[in-house]
Amino acid sequence: MATQAWSALSGNRRRIGRQVVLPFGKSVEIAYRSLRVRFLRSLITTLSLVLAVSFFSYNAVGNDIADGLLASGRPEFRQRLIRAGYEIQADAPRIERGAKQRWVLILSLLVCTVGILNAQLMAVTERFREIGTMKCLGALDRFVLRLFLLEAAMMGLVGSVSGAAIGALLALAAGFLRFGVAAVTFLPLAAAALSLISAAGIGLALSLLGVLYPAWVAARMQPVEAMRVET
Amino acid sequence: MSPPPDAAVPDAAHVVRVSGVTKVFRLGKMEVQALQGIDLRIARGEYLSIMGPSGSGKSTLFNMIGGLDKPTTGKVFIDEVDIAQLDAYELAWLRCRKIGYIFQTFNIIPVMTALENVTLPMIFAGMNADAAVQKGLRLLEQVGLGDRHSHKPSELSGGQQQRVAIARALANDPAIILADEPTGNLDLTTGEEIIQLLKRLSAERRVTVISATHDFKMLNVSDRVVWIRDGRIDRIEDREQLSITIGRIGTRS
Ligand SMILES: Nc1ncnc2c1ncn2[C@@H]1O[C@H](COP(=O)(O)OP(=O)(O)O)[C@@H](O)[C@H]1O
Ligand SMILES: [Mg+2]
Repeated sequence: MATQAWSALSGNRRRIGRQVVLPFGKSVEIAYRSLRVRFLRSLITTLSLVLAVSFFSYNAVGNDIADGLLASGRPEFRQRLIRAGYEIQADAPRIERGAKQRWVLILSLLVCTVGILNAQLMAVTERFREIGTMKCLGALDRFVLRLFLLEAAMMGLVGSVSGAAIGALLALAAGFLRFGVAAVTFLPLAAAALSLISAAGIGLALSLLGVLYPAWVAARMQPVEAMRVET
Repeated sequence: MSPPPDAAVPDAAHVVRVSGVTKVFRLGKMEVQALQGIDLRIARGEYLSIMGPSGSGKSTLFNMIGGLDKPTTGKVFIDEVDIAQLDAYELAWLRCRKIGYIFQTFNIIPVMTALENVTLPMIFAGMNADAAVQKGLRLLEQVGLGDRHSHKPSELSGGQQQRVAIARALANDPAIILADEPTGNLDLTTGEEIIQLLKRLSAERRVTVISATHDFKMLNVSDRVVWIRDGRIDRIEDREQLSITIGRIGTRS
């Protein structure tokens, strides 16, 4: 609307153009470099995710192993599972997923999300001048939003996948120690794969959830912040 | 003052026009009148210094002209376009391609090399990466940092960082360079070098330079000086009047 007014005013010479949206690949590249140079900080933010996801994956795969042993139909495994603390209803084909276990898992994921939120808010505060400067150089709000989401997605992907893998390996090791090779041979692969995928998926989702608000704060920041000279 | 190249076209003569701009900051119940009615026309290619003591409103005016903040009342026109009417995309375009900013605190992005800092505005403008690198290297060469392109800001001195900032400000061939206390964090000699560099590059490229400062070294290179005090224009001096002022300062110091 306004643009047309000037075009009329200045003949056909358009004096103000519209900023182009940065290609997605370019944003990915900038996000990746930004993570890499802040390696230690990115690592620490990722570490809380690795912990929570591996805990989740450890439990899920542990349950899968127990299910596998139970389904093998050998009575000695049933006894040893009960002695190991698994709840098993009579004649049930699967072990019981206790409410308590579920709550501990949910709580650990919640703590992890709050941790990510906290770390990302700090990162935004630390980078206020940088974001402000980028906006002075022509960055759109959506670029800043995208930058933070991409960084979180990359950290989330690396953290969740490695967390899921670590948890699964630990569960396998623990199963092996308790039940011997049977823990591995009777493991239902499809169920274990599903556990891994859901652990990684939940981790990635939490990582993105934790960055939503900080990214929004960063994107809304006014470029005039770049000018502030702290005294 | 040399007449601007396109003085025959009155409409295009002024690259910046500030009309009745006031700015009030509200801090709780307190009100700070940072600008109390500024009128100013800045010709294309001019080197203008905004002089005034600390707290007189230089940075506030700078932010208004640069489209970084909105006036409480009044209007700012860039190329006769009222910047209050621009949407987010047009504002970003303006900041990217029409204006180059230079800050007191350099504001080189700490995680990027000198070259990456200079190419960033070109990337934002949609230039392809190879062309941006070529141009970035050339610009760094021109500010005397040709061999430092892969250095991080932490490996550069203040003066060198400000040179990077000048190269970055020129990246998209802006019409205007806005500099807020560009020498404020530099020692005397380095400040002088930066001023000379800014003067030389702006003259070569016919860029309008608007610099807020209380550094009297700026007087020598300015076509015009706007003295502000308590958010008002105290007086405006051009070259001839300036030499008198400089003489006075010279004898005083
Ligand atoms: N964001 C702000 N909030 C409140 N007051 C401000 C703000 N920015 C500037 N001021 C006030 O406006 C006045 C002018 O400030 P400024 O433009 O920074 O002066 P200068 O750059 O000339 O030193 C000062 O009194 C300052 O305290
Ligand atoms: Mg200031």
